Amino acid sequence: MAKSIDVSDLNIYYGSFLAVEGVSMFIEPKSVTAFIGPSGCGKSTVLRTLNRMHEVIPGARVQGKVLLDGEDIYGSAVDPVNVRRTIGMVFQRPNPFPTMSIYDNVVAGLRLAGRQPRAKLDAIVEKALRGANLWNEVKDRLKKPGASLSGGQQQRLCIARAIAVEPQVLLMDEPCSALDPISTLAIEDLIQDLKGKYTIVIVTHNMQQAARVSDRTGFFNLSAVGKPGRLVEMDDTQRIFSNPTDKRTEDYITGRFG
Amino acid sequence: MATLTSPDLTPVAAALRGQKLPRWAPAALAALGVVLGIGASYGLYGELRTANAVVLSAVLYSAVQTAASFAVEGRRQAVDRLFTTFVYTAFLLAALPLVLILWYTIQRGYHVISGTFLGSSMFLVNPDNAGGGIYHAIAGTLQQTLLSALVAVPLGVLTALYLVEYGGRTRFGRLVSFFVDVMTGVPSIVAGIFVYAAWLIALGFQKSGLAGALALAILMLPIVVRATEEMLKLVPADLREASYALGVPKWRTILKVVLPTALPGIVTGVMLGVARVMGETAPLILLVGTNPKINLNPFSFSQVSANPQTALPTYIWDSFQQAAGNPTHPAAQRAWGAALVLIALIMLLNLVARTIARFARARG
Ligand SMILES: Nc1ncnc2c1ncn2[C@@H]1O[C@H](COP(=O)(O)OP(=O)(O)OP(=O)(O)O)[C@@H](O)[C@H]1O
Ligand SMILES: [Mg+2]
Repeated sequence: MAKSIDVSDLNIYYGSFLAVEGVSMFIEPKSVTAFIGPSGCGKSTVLRTLNRMHEVIPGARVQGKVLLDGEDIYGSAVDPVNVRRTIGMVFQRPNPFPTMSIYDNVVAGLRLAGRQPRAKLDAIVEKALRGANLWNEVKDRLKKPGASLSGGQQQRLCIARAIAVEPQVLLMDEPCSALDPISTLAIEDLIQDLKGKYTIVIVTHNMQQAARVSDRTGFFNLSAVGKPGRLVEMDDTQRIFSNPTDKRTEDYITGRFG
Repeated sequence: MATLTSPDLTPVAAALRGQKLPRWAPAALAALGVVLGIGASYGLYGELRTANAVVLSAVLYSAVQTAASFAVEGRRQAVDRLFTTFVYTAFLLAALPLVLILWYTIQRGYHVISGTFLGSSMFLVNPDNAGGGIYHAIAGTLQQTLLSALVAVPLGVLTALYLVEYGGRTRFGRLVSFFVDVMTGVPSIVAGIFVYAAWLIALGFQKSGLAGALALAILMLPIVVRATEEMLKLVPADLREASYALGVPKWRTILKVVLPTALPGIVTGVMLGVARVMGETAPLILLVGTNPKINLNPFSFSQVSANPQTALPTYIWDSFQQAAGNPTHPAAQRAWGAALVLIALIMLLNLVARTIARFARARG
């Protein structure tokens, strides 16, 4: 089920501002890829182009190709809605739907997208919440509003919501940045579990996290303030953290940066 | 480890706490201000002039309190208290007319209200005699307002949706937005004349509750658009993105995520619009007139009377004309009663709408 992503020569714009330039990379199916790099270098921007969320921002546009198992998701016949059903996303800040209960949040993707195997909803909810390590905490209050959970629980609810639609790729933008170490660990475990089924791309500022969870790591950087961000290098995580090819990667990882 | 009680921390604690006026000080100073204000009134005019004494009390109270606070608490606290007093005073001044209107209307209107008053019309009642009622006017107001809301709310909400979610930045979107602003400023009589010219003269329809409702809808529309627009803008972009990222199409995102989140605010906006048009008089005088008889059909392009329906505001206007400036005239008293019912009706609708909004949101 999991799919590969092949990006070539991607230039990403916000209006006339070129935010990221010349990104090419290949992401294996059923692997975890981490994006690291200093703030503002375009990690989120690149991640959002992988499921066509970038173009939601007015004026934002993309040049280049993103192939999902060989099919260009920016092809003229491709419906972005279908792309997003295949490639799910978890955001940096938890954003459960405030008007919906925990249960409804989890099935929101199925219901709102109009695909409802109604009889099986209960099973789907349980499976998704177990998958997100949240089931035991909320199984007695599924009808309570999603916003009544703690921040870490909300984030796991958002993950459950994303995996309930069974995407083939899961994009995560700093999913643990607002979480305590225990919730972080829970989510890292979850990533390890999900890896068996999904292709995962995760943005993180936490080097240890990148080293722990990912198979491959991409390092992004800005050559100067106001210049577009670039992918400096991408390699096996072990290699990036032990013996990177590029001097800038080494400086960033060892903390001797700027 | 130093604890809070250790002696070497005491100066720090003292610096943090500072001197403070006791909690009862504002009340005591207010009492002092009132006493001083009354005294000053006698001193200045040799008698108690209520209005002057109130103003003097307020001024003296803020002066005394600021001085006391300055002496005990220091400059920053004194300024803080002074401005707090200003803010409260401004609020009281702003609320005063509202309270007075309510007070006047209740005082003059309550004794008119009875089962007969609410349950009968003015049909065959001589306006110079007591008796009769406003049933026909209540029914007319409710029907006309409901009809106008049926026209204005869907149009207004859809326009706001277009402006916020689709075309707000385009040339056409800005044009629409501009016209909504212009419509906000259209005087109600102009809306009335427009419907008169377009609906009655050009299209050849008769006067009716519906014609009035159309003019009311024109007045209600910009209020609904603006209120809905503001509420939709308050829905965080995060939520829309969360929905898109699940592969939900835009229209369903709007229907199932954006609108429910903004619903309580939209309901409040709609109620503002309804309250605004419920008391509207001028276009109704032109398009509906006053019919003393009960007519529950707002679409009746009248055969019976040239004036098909009545509404509460036009009833009030009509009654005051009949009373010809005599406040004890039965028609004048009926007018106050009708005014009270109109206010109560608007408040009631407000309450109902808020309850619905809260309910709709909590259920989710
Ligand atoms: N909505 C937007 N409109 C215009 N410019 C934007 C927008 N979002 C991001 N940018 C710009 O694009 C560049 C890359 O931003 P991006 O959010 O991708 O950085 P990031 O690597 O994710 O940073 P962080 O680690 O702080 O999240 C920055 O220069 C930023 O100012
Ligand atoms: Mg980011």
